[in-house]
Amino acid sequence: MGTGTGGDDSLYPIAVLIDELRNEDVQLRLNSIKKLSTIALALGVERTRTELLPFLTDTIYDEDEVLLALAEQLGSFTVLVGGPEFVHCLLPPLESLATVEETVVRDKAVESLRKISQEHSPVDLEVHFVPLVKRLASGDWFTSRTSACGLFGVCYPRVSSTVKAEIRQHFRTLCSDDTPMVRRAASSKLGEFAKVLELDYVKSDIIPLFTALASDEQDSVRLLAVEAGVSIAALLPQEDLEDLVMPTLRQAAEDKSWRVRYMVADKFSELQKAVGPEITKNDLVPAFQNLLKDCEAEVRTAAANKVKGEVLPEDSRETIIMTHILPCVKELVSDTNQHVKSALASVIMGLSTILGKDNTVEHLLPLFLVQLKDEYPEVRLNIISNLDCVNEVIGIRQLSQSLLPAIVELAEDAKWRVRLAIIEYMPLLAGQLGVEFFDEKLNSLCMAWLIDHVYAIREAATCNLMKLVEKFGAEWAQNTIVPKVLGMANDSNYLHRMTTLFCINALSEVCGQEITTKHMLPVVLKMSTDQVANVRFNVARCLQKIGPVLDSSALQAEVKPVLEKLATDQDMDVKYFALEAISGMYLFNLPTYIFSETFSFSSILFFFFSFSLSP
Amino acid sequence: TSAAAPPVTSQTCQTLHDSLFQSMDLDRGTWIDSAFLSLRFSELDTRKINNSFLRDHSYATEADIISTVEFNSTGELLATGDKGGRVVVFQREQESKNQPHRRGEYNVYSTFQSHEPEFDYLKSLEIEEKINKIRWLPQQNAAYFLLSTNDKTVKLWKISERDKRPEGYNLKDEEGRIRDPTTITSLRVPVLRPMDLMVEATPRRIFSNAHTYHINSISVNSDYETYMSTDDLRINLWNLEITNRSFNIVDIKPANMEELTEVITAAEFHPNQCNTFVYSSSKGSIRLCDMRTSALCDNHSKLFEEPEDPSNRSFFSEIISSISDVKFSHSGRYLMTRDYLTVKVWDINMESRPLETYQVHDYLRSKLCSLYENDFIFDKFECVWNGTDSVLMTGSYNNFFRMFDRNTKRDVTLEASRENSKPRAILKPRKVCVGGKRRKDEISVDSLDFSKKILHTAWHPNENIIAVAATNNLYIFQDKVN
Repeated sequence: MGTGTGGDDSLYPIAVLIDELRNEDVQLRLNSIKKLSTIALALGVERTRTELLPFLTDTIYDEDEVLLALAEQLGSFTVLVGGPEFVHCLLPPLESLATVEETVVRDKAVESLRKISQEHSPVDLEVHFVPLVKRLASGDWFTSRTSACGLFGVCYPRVSSTVKAEIRQHFRTLCSDDTPMVRRAASSKLGEFAKVLELDYVKSDIIPLFTALASDEQDSVRLLAVEAGVSIAALLPQEDLEDLVMPTLRQAAEDKSWRVRYMVADKFSELQKAVGPEITKNDLVPAFQNLLKDCEAEVRTAAANKVKGEVLPEDSRETIIMTHILPCVKELVSDTNQHVKSALASVIMGLSTILGKDNTVEHLLPLFLVQLKDEYPEVRLNIISNLDCVNEVIGIRQLSQSLLPAIVELAEDAKWRVRLAIIEYMPLLAGQLGVEFFDEKLNSLCMAWLIDHVYAIREAATCNLMKLVEKFGAEWAQNTIVPKVLGMANDSNYLHRMTTLFCINALSEVCGQEITTKHMLPVVLKMSTDQVANVRFNVARCLQKIGPVLDSSALQAEVKPVLEKLATDQDMDVKYFALEAISGMYLFNLPTYIFSETFSFSSILFFFFSFSLSP
Repeated sequence: TSAAAPPVTSQTCQTLHDSLFQSMDLDRGTWIDSAFLSLRFSELDTRKINNSFLRDHSYATEADIISTVEFNSTGELLATGDKGGRVVVFQREQESKNQPHRRGEYNVYSTFQSHEPEFDYLKSLEIEEKINKIRWLPQQNAAYFLLSTNDKTVKLWKISERDKRPEGYNLKDEEGRIRDPTTITSLRVPVLRPMDLMVEATPRRIFSNAHTYHINSISVNSDYETYMSTDDLRINLWNLEITNRSFNIVDIKPANMEELTEVITAAEFHPNQCNTFVYSSSKGSIRLCDMRTSALCDNHSKLFEEPEDPSNRSFFSEIISSISDVKFSHSGRYLMTRDYLTVKVWDINMESRPLETYQVHDYLRSKLCSLYENDFIFDKFECVWNGTDSVLMTGSYNNFFRMFDRNTKRDVTLEASRENSKPRAILKPRKVCVGGKRRKDEISVDSLDFSKKILHTAWHPNENIIAVAATNNLYIFQDKVN
C-alpha cells in the first residue's frame, strides 16, 4: 500500500465498514452497524446528514438484530450529525424503525427518540419532534400508534400550552383506539403520562381515561390499567384518592377476569405504598383477604407472595396480620395447589420477624411444621431455605425435631434434582443447627451423598464437604470426615475410589498442609497403582491440584517419583495427565522423548464425555 | 432468526406465474340459478388455478393436494397450503382501465416452502410437511403475516415487498470487480435506487415442541397478542412474540389412555371477545370456555349438545356425529359446526339444540357401511360463513359443494370442475338422485366419485368471492362483473 498513489490508507477500513453495511453475512452487517459512529465520523457531519441518514432510513428490511443495533446507535448520534442544532435529522430513520413489526426494535427506537427529544431546543421540539409524534399517533398501522404512546410523556413538559392541548387530545384518541394493541400501549403509558401532566389535567383528563381503560372490554387492557392506577394514586392528594381512584381499583380487585385480579395481587405492595396506610387498612386489607381466597390458583399464588404486608402502618401491622391475614394464611397452608403452597412457603418464615416470638411459637410454628411435611418437595425446600428468618426470632431448636425428618426425606428423594437442592442448603443448615446437632444427625447424610449413583450429586456432595470444613474448621474435618473420605479409597467400586480423589481435590486447601501431607497424600500416592486407568489419571490430576498445598520436600521426595512413573503408564490418558501435572508444577526439566508420542486430543475429549455420564 | 427455509423471492414465482397464465385457460364460468337469486350469487366468475402447475409439472402428485385455504381480513390476499408443505399466496389484482376483465382476479403473489418433512428421533416418528391450517394475522404494518402449521410446528411468516435496492460499493465497481484499494480517494455511501418489485417470505418465529399429538387447528385471538394451537387432546395458548413458552389451557388426556373416549377436533377463538373460545369433539359436542374464570379451562362454561335420537341410532351414530369443523359467525353470536352428514348453526345462548340443521348429503345415509369400509366416513369437511353470516358453505363428494341460505332456507349444490363448466359459462346447480329413476342432468348416488372431495373452502370477508379447493385445483368463483 504505497503512499503517493492517490489512495488514502486511512479510508480503506472505513470503506470496508461502509461496504459491509450490505454484506450478505448478518454478523458483518451487525459489526458495521455497531461501528456506525466511526463511519459517520469519517464522513463528517455534512455527509452523514445528507447521505448516510437517508440511506439508513430506507434500510428497514434488515434482520431484527441489525435494526435493533441501528435504533440503539441513533440514540447517541447527535454529535455526529452536527450537534443539537441538527438533531432532528435523526428523526426520519427512527420514525421508520418505530413502525417495524418487531416489538424490541420498536421499543428501542422509541427509547432513542425519547433520548434525543431532550436534545431538541423547545422550538425544534415543536417544529420537528411533535409533528413526528402526531404522524405516528395517526398512522395507518397499529405499530406506529403503539410507538407514539411512549413519546407523549417526553415532549409534553417542554411545549406551549396549545401544543399541550393537542398532545392530550392525541393521547385521548389512542386510549379509545380500535385495536387492543394500541389501547394496551396507551394503558401501560398512562401512569407515565400522568406524571408530567398538571394536577388539574390529571383529574380532568387522566382519571376518565383510567376509568375507561380499567373497564375496557378486553381484559388484556384492563390488567394494564391496574399498574397505571398505582402511578396515578401516587400523584393525587390523599383526599382525592377515595373518589377518583379507589372505586376503579376496588372494581379491579373483584374483576371477572382472573388475570386482572392477578395483576392487583402482583402489584399489591406498590399499591399499598401509593394509597398510604389509612386506605390500606380500611380498603385494601379486605380486598387482600379475598385475593388470598380467590378461586384461581394463580391469583392465590401472587397474593401469597405478599402476605408480609411491608407497607402496613407500623403500629397496627401486627394486629392486622394477626386478625385478618393469618386466618387466610392458615387455609393456604393446606391449599390444593402446590404452587400456592410453595409461594407461601417462601415468604411465611418472614412473618415471624413481624409477629414476634410468642405469636410465632403459638401460631406460625404449627404452620411451618405442616409445610415441612408437605407432599411437594418444593414446599419443604422453600421452608428450609428460609430458616434464617425464624432462627433470629425463636431459634431453630424449636423446629429441629420436625426439621430432621423433612431433611432426611428430601435427602433421599427419588428425584436427584431435589437431592441436589437440599445439598445446597446443607452448609446453611449446619451453620444454624450447630456442630453437635450436625454430627449427630446430618453427617451421615452428607457422607451417603458421596456414594450417590448420580454424578451431579456426588460432585455437589464434594463441594458441600468443603463448605462444611470452611464452617467447622480443619480439626473437625480431621476427626469426622477425612477418615471416612479416605476409607473410600479402598472401596471395590472405582467410582467411589475416584470420589475420594475428588474430595481430596476440594478439601486439601481448606484442611491445610499438615492434614494434606500427613493423611491425604499417602492415600493418593497409593492409588497411583490402581488397576483402573480412570483412577490413575485422576491421581495425576489430584497431585497437580494439591501440589501448591504441599511443601517442596514432599513434592520432590514423594510426588515426583509417582508422577514420573505415571508418565510412562501404558494408558495414553494417564500419561497425558501425568505429563500435564509435571509441567503444571514445574517440577522437572521435561525429557524430550516424552513428547515423541502424539496424543490424540479427540480421544481424550471423548473419554471425558463418557466418563461424566457414567453412573 | 430461525434456520428454516431461506426467503423465497417471487422472482422464481414470476416465471411460474407467467407460464401459468399462458397455458391455463382462464375458466370464467358464470353460474345462474333462478332459485337462488336471493344470494346475489346469480352470476359468478370462475377461475381455476391448477396447483400442480405451480410446481412446474403438469401431472398431479400427492404433494400438490391443497390442504387449507384462507382469505386475509381484507380479502385482498388468499393463501393456500398443500400436502407438500408449501404455501401459495394470491393477491387480488387492482382494477385497471385497460384490462377491465381482469378485475378481481387473484394472481400468485408469493410462494414459499413453509414446512419440510422431519423425523422425530426420540419417538421414531415421521412428521409430515403437510400444512394443516393457515391463519392470517391482523395487518400491523406494510407487510403481511400469517401462521402456518403442520402436525407439530406452527410458524409465523412475514410476506413483504421490496422495491428499492442499494447501489454503489467502495471496494467494488458497478460490475462487481474488486477495486485496487490504493485507488480509493473518497468514500461512497450507497444510494437506494428503484427496482422491480420483489416479494419476500421470511420465517419470523417458530413455535415448536409443544404438541404431543397432531395439531388440527390454530386460531388468532382478537387481542392481537395471543393465539392457540389445538391437538387431539390439548389446547395451548401462545404469545405471538414468545416461542419458548406456551400455556396449556385445555387438557382432556385421561390419566389412563385406555379410558380415552373423545378427542378434540377443532377449536376457535370468539371473533371479538378475547376471553372466549370454543372447541369441538369427536362425540359431537361443542364446549365454550371463558378464560377469565380460571387459568386452566378444563371446565367449560357452556356445552352445546344435541340429544341423540334413539330411533336413528346405529353403529355409525358416533362416527358421523363427530364434528370436523367449528366456526364462529362474524358477529360472534352463532356457531356453525360440520359433522359428516350435516351443517348445524347454534345460537351461543342456547345450548340444548342447534338453531338450524342443514343436510349436506343425506343420500349417503344408506351408504355409510361402504363409506366406513373405505374410510371415507372419516373425511374432515370444513365449513365457512359468508361475510354477512347469511349463507353457509361446505363441501361434499364428486367435487360438489353446497350452499345454504339461512333466510330463505334454499340450498344449492354446485360442482367445481373443469370438464363440466365451460369458461365463462354458467355454473349449473347439480342434483343427485336417489331412486331408480334418473332424470337428465341428475347424477346417481352410485356414480359419485368419492375420491374427488371438497374439504376446504373459503369465503371473502366482505364480497361474494369464494375459493374452493378440489384436490390439487383451486377454483375461485365470484359475482359476475359486467
